[in-house]
Amino acid sequence: MNHLPLIIKREYLTKVKNKSFIVMTILSPMIMIVLISVVAYLSQLNNDKVRTITVLDESELVENTFKNSENTKYTILRDISLEDAKKIVKETASYGLLHINKSKDIDAISNDIKFFSEESPSITLISDLESQLEKKLTNIKLQQQGVDVAMINASKISIDIAQESFDGEKTSKIDSVVKLIFGGIAGYLLFMFIIIYGNMIMRSVIEEKTSRIIEVIISSVKPMQLMLGKIIGTSLAGITQFVIWIILGGVLMTIISLVFGIDVAEMQTPQQEVMQQAMANPDVNTKVENLITAFYNLPITNLIIAFLLFFISGYLLYSSLYAAIGAAVDNETDTQQFLLPIMLPLILAVYIGLFTVIEDPHGTVSTVFSFIPLTSPVVMLMRIPFGVPIWQQLVSLLLLIGTFIFTVWIAAKIYRVGILMYGKKPTYKELIKWIKY
Amino acid sequence: MSNLLEVNSVSKNFGDFKALNNVSISVPKGSIFGLLGPNGAGKTTLIRVINQITMPDSGSVFLDGVILNSNHIKDIGYLPEERGLYKSMKVGEQALYLAQLKGLSKAEAKTRLKYWFERLEIGDWWNKKIQELSKGMAQKIQFVVTVLHQPKLLIFDEPFSGFDPINANLIKDEILRLREDGATVIFSTHRMESVEELCDDIALIHKSNKILDGRLIDVKRQYKINTFEVGIRANDKLALQKELSDKFEVSVANFKTLEDELKLNIKLNNNNPNDLLNYLTNKGMVSHFVELIPSVNDIFIQTVKNN
Repeated sequence: MNHLPLIIKREYLTKVKNKSFIVMTILSPMIMIVLISVVAYLSQLNNDKVRTITVLDESELVENTFKNSENTKYTILRDISLEDAKKIVKETASYGLLHINKSKDIDAISNDIKFFSEESPSITLISDLESQLEKKLTNIKLQQQGVDVAMINASKISIDIAQESFDGEKTSKIDSVVKLIFGGIAGYLLFMFIIIYGNMIMRSVIEEKTSRIIEVIISSVKPMQLMLGKIIGTSLAGITQFVIWIILGGVLMTIISLVFGIDVAEMQTPQQEVMQQAMANPDVNTKVENLITAFYNLPITNLIIAFLLFFISGYLLYSSLYAAIGAAVDNETDTQQFLLPIMLPLILAVYIGLFTVIEDPHGTVSTVFSFIPLTSPVVMLMRIPFGVPIWQQLVSLLLLIGTFIFTVWIAAKIYRVGILMYGKKPTYKELIKWIKY
Repeated sequence: MSNLLEVNSVSKNFGDFKALNNVSISVPKGSIFGLLGPNGAGKTTLIRVINQITMPDSGSVFLDGVILNSNHIKDIGYLPEERGLYKSMKVGEQALYLAQLKGLSKAEAKTRLKYWFERLEIGDWWNKKIQELSKGMAQKIQFVVTVLHQPKLLIFDEPFSGFDPINANLIKDEILRLREDGATVIFSTHRMESVEELCDDIALIHKSNKILDGRLIDVKRQYKINTFEVGIRANDKLALQKELSDKFEVSVANFKTLEDELKLNIKLNNNNPNDLLNYLTNKGMVSHFVELIPSVNDIFIQTVKNN
């Protein structure tokens, strides 16, 4: 008798009806949105604060360089000693005092610039001042040596190397970023999914053991069916939760930006600011076009199919391991020793994805780890946007599915013995013995 | 009478440990079959083999003449010793789920559940969660779930544990009624008085081997010791005891009577009990004359010790 649909239904419904599941489903996106809004609001507050910088330029070369901006105001002091200037700055609650010493030589001036402040100043402010000063002083020095600055500026050339594959496929730097984002999201999604719902499967197996219902169930259902039913039912609940999160998150985001007028979206993604600037600037307008073509350049069909296949097989591989662990132990505290060896390849995969694949998507390390079954789902998903030959994808997938079937077989063995074992904290040696039963 | 269940020389090893060694049992149709044995003897393994939870290394099991297969799941109802229910699931939902796993349709399961819940007067529990019920209440649900699909073979492992005497009696009556309706029952317990009361057949498993089986009454005959418990009023008890000791194998008996009598166990060696009775009536007034039948408890202890 095939009870799989019945088991899936029960697993799904008990998960979905569970109070903490409902609370998590509804609360998580709210908490996320509130956090994002708070951060956005705070950074807005921070940006709104106007800093006054007092400048004492004894060289009188750079004082007219500083232009008041939205967040920074400059007060220029003249004909005053440094000590007096410091006093004034302290009294006026100015953010700090920039002091440029007097000298005939530009190099000497540039070596004797100081910033005085109560607290250590913000790094961005200092580097901003530095770049302004550098620019100004360089220009002055160039002029002193009789160079026409206007000519230099006019001769500046900007290079953007156009990339093209041998097949004539055009790409750009932005392409790589888009690919990276796509691959990163896919890989990270799988990683999160495995951890959250793998644990959920494990807990559900342990629950059946501790409530001692397992023997009743197992007299009507094959352990393999029960295990698969659990994995599939829990995964469906997981997908439900994810979809609700995405929808709820989107709706909340819209509501918050409408009601509070905080441009959450803009705050959240600095890229959008770049895009807006790009719109204003005709020079960069082509870059936006590049961004759009970058999306079209992605191997979309390949990406979607590969995502589904690698995601499902990778997830099933890990979740069967989680189920086996759940069956092997009596309570959650005993799971640690078994969880570590399956967490390691998973974390390794994410790190390889984040560091190696970005550096060199088709290098030896990336390629090898996109074939090794335990790391391949994550690494391959991150590589695919960069264009992986179909044969490589197929070999990796076949290896993965082969391992998955083998793992499920092993896990089912551990499962069918483990679920009826009580009171013993099993060792690895014992698990191997169970496989042989 | 034909046998519903035939277990033929089943063996099962767990690694180096032999859980069952060449065990065969036959369970007659319509009987209550007591599966006895000390802790760790292999009873549970045998029950799990019958339930297809554990696959035997060798040997075969036939149910109703057909070799055991997955279609038999609906023919067997199993109440394990280690039992429980999903704690956070509602009673009704849970019972429906378990019944459907045994092959009942949802509608059919619902009708039968309603009937049983009314019968055991637990109808108002339908929407309660198991964690809100007491242990005995949960046991009742478990019992209903076990018998709901009207299996040919019922296997109860310690069915009375956790019940108060009233409910234990209720369950006992239900088991007897189920047998009358045609079910065959395998009954595993350490409570020998219920074996005595309920079982038609028994099998005794010890250290992975079956060491005794048969109809309970035959087993008792086999263990009969031809001894009678006798109470007699005599003037000179000591003299009488001495006289009897010369003729028979005699030991002092212990039982309660109203008067001060001579109480003896007298073992006959192929003598007719009537001869003994006649002999005794000449010596005094016989107030007590009972054949000592070995109890299941005695047989159990004796057999296990001898092995």
